[in-house]
Amino acid sequence: MASQTPTRIVIIGATSAIAQEVAKLYAVQGARLFCVARDESKVMAVAADLRARGAEEVAVYVADLLMRDVHANIVEQSRTFLGTIDCVIIAHGVLPDQHTLDHDVDATIASFMVNAVSVISFAHRYADVLEEQGSGTLVGISSVAGDRGRASNYAYGAAKAAVTTFFSGLNVRLRQKGVYVLTVKPGPVDTPMTRGITLPLMVPPRVVASDIVRAVARRTMVLYTPGVWRFIMALVRAIPEFIFVKLTKF
Amino acid sequence: MAKRYESWGRFPDAQPSTVVDLAWTQDLELPSLSSPILAYGKGRSYGDVCLNSDGTLVAMEQCARILDFDRENGVVTAEAGISIQDLLRVIVPHGWFVPVTPGTKYVTLGGAVANDVHGKNHHRVGTFGCHVRALTLHRTDGTVYVCTPSQHADVFAATIGGMGLTGIITTVTVALLPIASRMIDEESIKARSLREVIELTMASDHDWDYTVSWIDVLASGSSLGKGLVLRGNFSTVSDGTLQATWNEPLLRIPFQGPAWLLSKPTIALFNTVWYGKQFGRMHRRHIDLEPFFYPLDAVERWNILYGSRGMLQYQCVVPLDGGEDAMRRILSTMQAGGISSFLAVLKMFGAARSPGIMSFPRPGLTLTLDMPIGGKRMFDALDRCDEIVHEMGGRIYPAKDARVNGAMFRAMYADELAQFRPLIDPGMSSTFWRRVSEE
Ligand SMILES: Cc1cc2nc3c(=O)[nH]c(=O)nc-3n(C[C@H](O)[C@H](O)[C@H](O)COP(=O)(O)OP(=O)(O)OC[C@H]3O[C@@H](n4cnc5c(N)ncnc54)[C@H](O)[C@@H]3O)c2cc1C
Repeated sequence: MASQTPTRIVIIGATSAIAQEVAKLYAVQGARLFCVARDESKVMAVAADLRARGAEEVAVYVADLLMRDVHANIVEQSRTFLGTIDCVIIAHGVLPDQHTLDHDVDATIASFMVNAVSVISFAHRYADVLEEQGSGTLVGISSVAGDRGRASNYAYGAAKAAVTTFFSGLNVRLRQKGVYVLTVKPGPVDTPMTRGITLPLMVPPRVVASDIVRAVARRTMVLYTPGVWRFIMALVRAIPEFIFVKLTKF
Repeated sequence: MAKRYESWGRFPDAQPSTVVDLAWTQDLELPSLSSPILAYGKGRSYGDVCLNSDGTLVAMEQCARILDFDRENGVVTAEAGISIQDLLRVIVPHGWFVPVTPGTKYVTLGGAVANDVHGKNHHRVGTFGCHVRALTLHRTDGTVYVCTPSQHADVFAATIGGMGLTGIITTVTVALLPIASRMIDEESIKARSLREVIELTMASDHDWDYTVSWIDVLASGSSLGKGLVLRGNFSTVSDGTLQATWNEPLLRIPFQGPAWLLSKPTIALFNTVWYGKQFGRMHRRHIDLEPFFYPLDAVERWNILYGSRGMLQYQCVVPLDGGEDAMRRILSTMQAGGISSFLAVLKMFGAARSPGIMSFPRPGLTLTLDMPIGGKRMFDALDRCDEIVHEMGGRIYPAKDARVNGAMFRAMYADELAQFRPLIDPGMSSTFWRRVSEE
C-alpha cells in the first residue's frame, strides 16, 4: 500500500479548534493545505502558524460557509491549488444554546443550515471529486450528540445525526471506488465552543486531533474519540425511549 | 469542577472571580472586562505575580500561533501564549534555540517577557528581554501598542519585567540563537566550599556559555555552600541531532504528597546522595539539551509533592563585592530558621543590562532556594534574609515571591518603581502588586 499520510489537504472550517490541531499535525509533515474559514484575520493567523510549523504551502479562502453559492467555487479553487486531493476534512459548526433554540424556530433552522446542510453540501461535492479521482479520504467531524437526541442539545444533535447518516451512506457508496470515508464522533471537547461548560470526559482538541490522524492512516470508518464513547453511546442508544425520557440528566 | 488557577508554589490560594480563556488575540476586548485584569501564562511563577484574587484572569495559553519564522535570520514572531516547549519543537530542527531559557520549558513567551526571565547564560547574553525585538501590547483603555526598543520605548521598557501590569502582550518578536547540534558538552566539578563554588564559577564564565551551581544548603561550618559547579556549551559539531524527537515527561505526579515527604530528613538524605553520587572531582558528559536545561521537566507536576501547604522559592541577587559573605550569612540565617531546601542554586549574573525597568537581574551573585511552606519561624528567617540582601544593595525576584514585606520590596526597587509606576495600566493588577505596592 502506498504511503497513507495525506499531503494535499482541504480543511473546511480551518479555525475550529479541532481542525487547527489536525492541520498542525499534518503541517509538521510538510503537507500542502487549503484552508477555508469565515474570519479572515483568524484564518490568516492559522495559515501563518501552519507555514511556520513546516507546511509546504498554505492557501486561504475566506467565505461564509452558509452561502452555498460559493461552495462550488471553493471546491474548484482547492482542486486548482492542490491538484490531486488526498484528504478533505469538514470541521465547521456551531454549538447553539439549546435553551434559546427551544423557543426559536428560526434560530433552530439557522443552526441546522450550518451544522447539517452546509456540511452535506461540501461532503457531497468533495465525494464526487474523490470518486472521480478514485482516491482520497473524506473526513467529517460529527459528534456523539448525533447518536441520540437529548433535551440539552437536540438541535445540534439532529444536525450531527444527519451528518453521520450522510457520511455512512457515502462510505458505502465510495468504498468500492478507492475512496475512504471517516466519520469522527468526539465526545465533549474543551474548545472555545464549549467554554464555560464542564463536562465529564472532556478532552483537549489536541487529543482528538491525534486520534483523527491515526484513524485516517488506518482507514478507520467510524472514530469515537476518546474511545470510551463507543461503549457509552452503545448503552445510551440501547436504552428504550420510555426509560430514556425519565433520565432527565440527559 | 471549575479549573483552579495556581502558581507553581501553590501558595497563596488566590482565585479570580472571572476567567477569560482567550482563544484568539483578535477577540481580546479589554475595555469590556472588569478590572482588575491580569494575564495568566502557564502559572510557572512560584508566587502571586500570576494570580489575581477576585479579579479577571485572561488565560493566554490557547493563543499559541507562530505568526512568522524567519529561518535564515533566526527571528520568530508568535502569539504570547505559546510555550517555549512548543516553540522549540519548531525552531530546533532548523538550527535555532531560544536565546535565554528558564529551568523549565513550560513557560509562555508572555510570561518570559513579563518576568524578564534569565537562564544559565545570563553572564553572556543577559535576560530574555535583551533579545526581544518587538511586542504587541493591549491596554485596558482599548489602545494597542506595537513597541520596540525605539518605538514607544518607555512602554517597551516597562513591559519587559513589568509583571503583566502594563497590559496584555499578544505577540512577541524575539531573536534566536543559532545552534549546530542539540548536544551539550557539560562538565560538572565538585566544590568543597562556597568560596570554591564562586571561584570556579568566575573561572568558568569566560569559556562557558552556560554555568550554574547546585549547593547543599544543609552542610555547615567550613563545608557551608559545598556543591557542584555545572558548565556547558552547545556542541559545535553538526552531528545531525537537530531532527531528533522530543521526550515526553517520564512521570506525572498524580496526587499531592504527604507533609513528611519533602521535610528536613528526606531533603538531607537527598542532598547527601546527590552530592555523593559524583565520586571524582570532575565529570564530563555529552548530553542532550533537555536533561541539561530542563532536568525537572522529566517529572510533570513535581510541585504537588510538597503537599497541600505548597512551597516557596527564594531568589535574591547581591553584588559580587561582599557577595560571598552575604551568601554565607543568608545560608546560615536559613539554617538557623530551620529551613531545608532541595534545590539551592547559585549563579553569577553578568553586566548585560536589560531594557526592562523592573527587570530583576543585576551584576553579582544570585541564590535560589526551594522550601516547603513552614511556620512563622521560616517567614521570619526570610525577612532577615531580605534585610541582608537589601543592606548589600541587592533585591529579590518577584517571579519567585509570595511573602516579601511591601515596604522592603519598595525599598529594594525604589528608583525603578519611580520610573515604572507612571507606565502601569491602571486597569491591570495582581495579588502580588496589591500586596507590595501600597502602604
Ligand atoms: C522549574 C522552574 C524553573 C524556573 N527557572 C527559572 C529560571 O531559571 N530563571 C527565571 O528567570 N525564571 C525561572 N522560573 C520562573 C518562570 O520562568 C517565570 O515565572 C515565568 O514568568 C513563568 O512563565 P508563565 O508563562 O508560566 O507565566 P505566569 O507565571 O503565568 O505569569 C508570570 C507573569 O507574566 C505575566 N504574563 C503572562 N503572560 C502575559 C501576557 N501575555 N501579557 C502580559 N503579561 C503576561 C503574568 O501576569 C505574570 O505577572 C522557573 C520556574 C519553574 C517552575
